[in-house]
Amino acid sequence: MTTTAPGGKTRAVDQATQALHRGYLRQMLLIRRFEEKTGEAYSLGKIGGFCHLYIGQEAVAVGAMATLRPDDHVITAYREHGQALARGLSARSVMAELYGKATGSSGGKGGSMHIFDAAKGFLGGHGIVGSHIPLAAGVAFAHKYRGGDQVCLCFFGEAAANIGAFHETLNMAELWDLPVVFVIENNGYGMGTAVARAAAITNFADRGAAYGMASEQVDGQNVLTVREAFDRAVARARKQSKPTLLEIKTYRYVGHSMSDAAHGTYRSKEEVDQYRQKDPIAILEDLMRAAGYWDDARHQALDAEVMAEVADSVTFAEESPDPDPSALFRDVYAEEGHT
Amino acid sequence: MATLTYRDALNQALREEMLRDDRVFLMGEEVAQYDGAYKVSRGLLKEFGPRRVVDTPIAELGFTGIGVGAAMVGLRPIIEMMTWNFALLAIDQIVNSAAKMRYMSGGQIGMPIVFRGPGGAALQLAAQHSQAFESWYAHIPGLKVVAPATPADAKGLLKASIRDDNPVVFIEGEMLYNLKGEVPEDDHVVPIGVADIKRAGKDVTIICHSKTVGPALKAAEALAAEGIDAEVIDLRSIRPLDTETILNSVGKTNRCVVAEEGWAFAGVGAQVVDTIQREAFDSLDAPILRVTGADVPMPYNKHLERAAKVDASKIQDAAKKVLYL
Repeated sequence: MTTTAPGGKTRAVDQATQALHRGYLRQMLLIRRFEEKTGEAYSLGKIGGFCHLYIGQEAVAVGAMATLRPDDHVITAYREHGQALARGLSARSVMAELYGKATGSSGGKGGSMHIFDAAKGFLGGHGIVGSHIPLAAGVAFAHKYRGGDQVCLCFFGEAAANIGAFHETLNMAELWDLPVVFVIENNGYGMGTAVARAAAITNFADRGAAYGMASEQVDGQNVLTVREAFDRAVARARKQSKPTLLEIKTYRYVGHSMSDAAHGTYRSKEEVDQYRQKDPIAILEDLMRAAGYWDDARHQALDAEVMAEVADSVTFAEESPDPDPSALFRDVYAEEGHT
Repeated sequence: MATLTYRDALNQALREEMLRDDRVFLMGEEVAQYDGAYKVSRGLLKEFGPRRVVDTPIAELGFTGIGVGAAMVGLRPIIEMMTWNFALLAIDQIVNSAAKMRYMSGGQIGMPIVFRGPGGAALQLAAQHSQAFESWYAHIPGLKVVAPATPADAKGLLKASIRDDNPVVFIEGEMLYNLKGEVPEDDHVVPIGVADIKRAGKDVTIICHSKTVGPALKAAEALAAEGIDAEVIDLRSIRPLDTETILNSVGKTNRCVVAEEGWAFAGVGAQVVDTIQREAFDSLDAPILRVTGADVPMPYNKHLERAAKVDASKIQDAAKKVLYL
């Protein structure tokens, strides 16, 4: 790849950047294949409960997580398998959690909607729309309280921006200069309700203005664009202890959950097909291909590698034990009452 | 021992725990510059500064969630509800976030947080400001629920709640804030989950908590004048419930009255009665009676309000009924 630098000179994409791009591609492809396999396993009855897939939105999680340090925190909603993988949870631990197994990231007690990994700063996986938005501000409050420069990323869908918790939290986050990035993944639909049928102001980035908060609307299908926007927002949090509202425009190819068809009642097949033309994986691959460091052979090798990782996660989940029956009553309360 | 008001006993507990542990902070409406809507946090802003005593906008859902988030990463927040009536706006955070965090994360995320403020009725505040919600929170696994009746218990239980690694719903009584009583000086910590026999007796057990403890003791005195020796048990903690103390007492008296400020339906007393009938059925010489708030929204008119509330004479009457007197 060549880029045009200021002054009109062109330069080749260096090895490090190529590796970075390959890394992003690998993560997006892993999420895609993982979610496809999850859908299959769900259809076979291996996975229960509610299950919300991330297919189509991969560039958001991957571009966002690329900007974080290990000691930062991420908190999110129930469409979070992809974010968990992008944050570095293993496919094994996420798949085992979907299977409800003891080896899962939450020991089989959380399931699809409640994936946690405290060691990776991945704070769930929350199932009540928008109710984790104040939690993110609380995590950021703690960072500031302790005098650290960690950042908290908070992901939620655009429908969550219509609930009271969103507005209360944005007000306090700006009032108190909390180091948090609020990420609206605008995939166009809150379950089956199109944005225009639910929001008086459909340009969600504009809502930052109500609280004097920096905000930005971002193309969520290009991982590099996403990454750049997060670079700015995370730096604002880390260096200035200021929040940012990011609206990432994206699209889910699949239904709201596994019980919802991809198209039919509230959106057309044509619309879904149209968005598939802006596929985040294809966009990055095209860019890499055009710059000469990507081709079909490399794609096939990467895809095979990722498919093997997903297959391994399924085998691991299948073979893992269920939680011991004694786990039922464990972790309702802390073992030691007092510290 | 010093004589303190319930309000000042709470204030001492807050101050001592904030001195003891920098992770402890107080957040809520009017807690800082105003010194607390009920002055429980008087002087704390001056002593600890705005980092640890944080005034919030009127946004119960938001600031309660901020407290829960801070607890997820190891701070020990105390979230003040100006009254528990307003906490209904925040109940999603208490029930869906705080109570479940440890469990649904497979034990990875702790939740050392206290939600505190006055509950129940004061005087003529009418329907929306006069509700006792102990049983709502006690219904939820993952929460502890505490409701002290005396200054000593208020201090000791608040200190225990702040040190507890679980979410604690700490329900104070607006009508108790001026109540005076002796409070041990030192590091007075009352363990959660231990009831207190406020008056020993052998003829009938009166089980109560928070604002019904005063009327229960008054009823016991009136009963004593009639030659009836009542035992008054203050639950202090609703969850976990001290079933041992309850069963020991009923095993001795064979008769029981359960009083509470809240409504009867699915109330705290319902759980107490269930425990007794199952564990001490053969001890009972009479059906257990409950004395509760009237099953209506609280009226404003003072005569109607009085009729709706638990008082000493209602408890006394119930005690005599279980004695078939």
